[in-house]
Amino acid sequence: MNKKQKKMLTRIIIAAVLLIVLHFIPITGIPRFACYLAVYLVIGYDIVKKAFKGIKNGQVFDENFLMAVATIGAFALAVYERSGDYNESISVMLFYQIGELFQSYAVGKSRRNITELMDIRPDYANIENDGKLEKVDPDEVEIGSIIVVQPGEKVPLDGVIVEGNTTLNTSALTGESLPRNAKAGDEIISGCINMTGVLKIRTTKEFDESTVSKILELIEESSSRKSRSENFISKFARYYTPAVCYGALALAILPPLVNLVLLHNPAQWGQWIYRALTFLVISCPCALVISIPLSFFAGIGGASNAGVLVKGSNYLETLAETKYVVFDKTGTLTKGVFEVAGVHHNTMEQEKILEYAALAESFSTHPISRSLKSAYGKEIDQNRVTDVEEISGNGVTAKVDGISVAVGNTKLMKRIGVEAVECHQVGTVIHVAIDGVYAGHILISDVPKPTSRDAITSLRKNGIKETVMLTGDIDRVAQQVAGELGVDRVYSELLPADKVSKVEELLAKKAEKEKLAFVGDGINDAPVLSRADIGIAMGAMGSDAAIEAADVVLMDDDPMKIVKAIRIARKCMRIVYENIYFAIGIKVLCLILGAVGIANMWVAIFADVGVMILAVLNAIRTLFVKKL
Amino acid sequence: MKKSYKIEVDCANCANKMEEAAKNTAGVKDASVNFMMLKMKVEFEEGQDPESVMKEVLKNCKKVEDDCEIYL
Repeated sequence: MNKKQKKMLTRIIIAAVLLIVLHFIPITGIPRFACYLAVYLVIGYDIVKKAFKGIKNGQVFDENFLMAVATIGAFALAVYERSGDYNESISVMLFYQIGELFQSYAVGKSRRNITELMDIRPDYANIENDGKLEKVDPDEVEIGSIIVVQPGEKVPLDGVIVEGNTTLNTSALTGESLPRNAKAGDEIISGCINMTGVLKIRTTKEFDESTVSKILELIEESSSRKSRSENFISKFARYYTPAVCYGALALAILPPLVNLVLLHNPAQWGQWIYRALTFLVISCPCALVISIPLSFFAGIGGASNAGVLVKGSNYLETLAETKYVVFDKTGTLTKGVFEVAGVHHNTMEQEKILEYAALAESFSTHPISRSLKSAYGKEIDQNRVTDVEEISGNGVTAKVDGISVAVGNTKLMKRIGVEAVECHQVGTVIHVAIDGVYAGHILISDVPKPTSRDAITSLRKNGIKETVMLTGDIDRVAQQVAGELGVDRVYSELLPADKVSKVEELLAKKAEKEKLAFVGDGINDAPVLSRADIGIAMGAMGSDAAIEAADVVLMDDDPMKIVKAIRIARKCMRIVYENIYFAIGIKVLCLILGAVGIANMWVAIFADVGVMILAVLNAIRTLFVKKL
Repeated sequence: MKKSYKIEVDCANCANKMEEAAKNTAGVKDASVNFMMLKMKVEFEEGQDPESVMKEVLKNCKKVEDDCEIYL
């Protein structure tokens, strides 16, 4: 508890004790009034003060004002009716303050818990100076510096390990508790915890550009994108309070006038004013206004702890309504690690073909070029390569040592007028033409990730209507992978632009309320990621482009995380709706009961504070996502 | 230009009111208040001096919620 809250608690205790003591002291008349007024001021002076300031600033429907009017009104009624029952007025104020205290305590506590959960910010970096370690601010470390990370410390900056072996705990980033091994030469990202050995790391990025900073920035940004429910609630609050106030005014004036003028009965001003004051007590929108952003905040916090970064509460909302999931194949459902499985129909030595292919593809970042390079296995001298032309979705043409080389699929061969020999094995076939003559093809194959099949099955179990796979790969490979994984529909041999139009086609076909998610690995997917209702990038550690374009970022590349993300979103939305219906329902019920005189001010304040406490506790439930 | 400020406010509804007040301040293009992070993000109109605009924002916020603070 902070100072403000402690002071409030003391006031609450003093007022409660005084109220009980006064109950047993038989005083009447003016002294009684004075004693109770003193207690009222102990518990409520700040509210009254704020109410006056509010009026001065033109804030009539401020909750302080409403509470002040309701309690002072009840106090005045007790004087007017000579009942001497000041308890009600003071208790309403007392419970209101208890509610406020609870709210500020609970919100403060969950705010701390959630931010702690998301706190991956490293405090320092160790730099070796004359054999001694010196702690410096990560912000001040320049690119290319050597930093030392000791066991138990966070890796402060992205870099490459130059010395040392260790196991890394990446759970703060990925939610994955299985440690990873790392050795000299490996890339390492900030935010991991070094568990066993001392590491020397050559930094490759400044702190601002490091993974940790990117993630923290993303989480902070997530707040500015508000969900429809949040906007609904703040709009609702803007109208609800004035509406209830006018209702109260009408209730205080109209029925007595009707009694007096039309029915010629006694006006019963006291009774109707009391009911109107009850209205004012219920008019505070606190429970709603606090519980909705708290639910989303806890949801985003819980998700990020599980390795699912959601860029805003609006995306959490959309994710919960997802009915169609479209996957990119390579790197998403499959491992994306292509290996050369064989060279067929070759007119020259295998090594020679691989050398030409690897050199021609050496400027490309496509996974295929990587596997060609690793199959070639030797240092690549890019000076030997000239006139590189990458033809999107077809392949590459280039000159290697002055000889023209074309590396790509059947379309490319057709384009340059070379007849290709089809391969009988399933995999990606890379045809190579050297100097305009067919030189053979290289078979590259990719395997599905071990959890892909389970992910598709459990997506279906979780109410996803259709799973679709898009790929630039040839139809035969696509069909085989799709069959193996149980994907509903496949579109193959697509250029990156075709993927966008396919997604647009799917978007046009579905109902407005059913959302479409696209899952990709972030390479070449940016346009599709931003076109879909919700773009999910996976395995995005270190890939800035994907983090930029996607709405939801999965920190590791396990497809099961997609299911988890959807389940987290659904749980969060369920709690949000529970709170909305519950809070509005109880308030409306109390308003009706108050208007007909069944609910008195006691019921009203219990309803108000009780609903708020329950809604806040319910909202905090969103944080627990581990078992989903 | 966008800037982010740390704020201090007690209730969620007051945070919404602060957001409204900030949005309606001259020189502010858009503003958003995150009650959970206790942060206010302000986007300024072209050619405005953030410092003087923020003084106005604080004044307007104080009007709707006396108990708030923006750390400039």
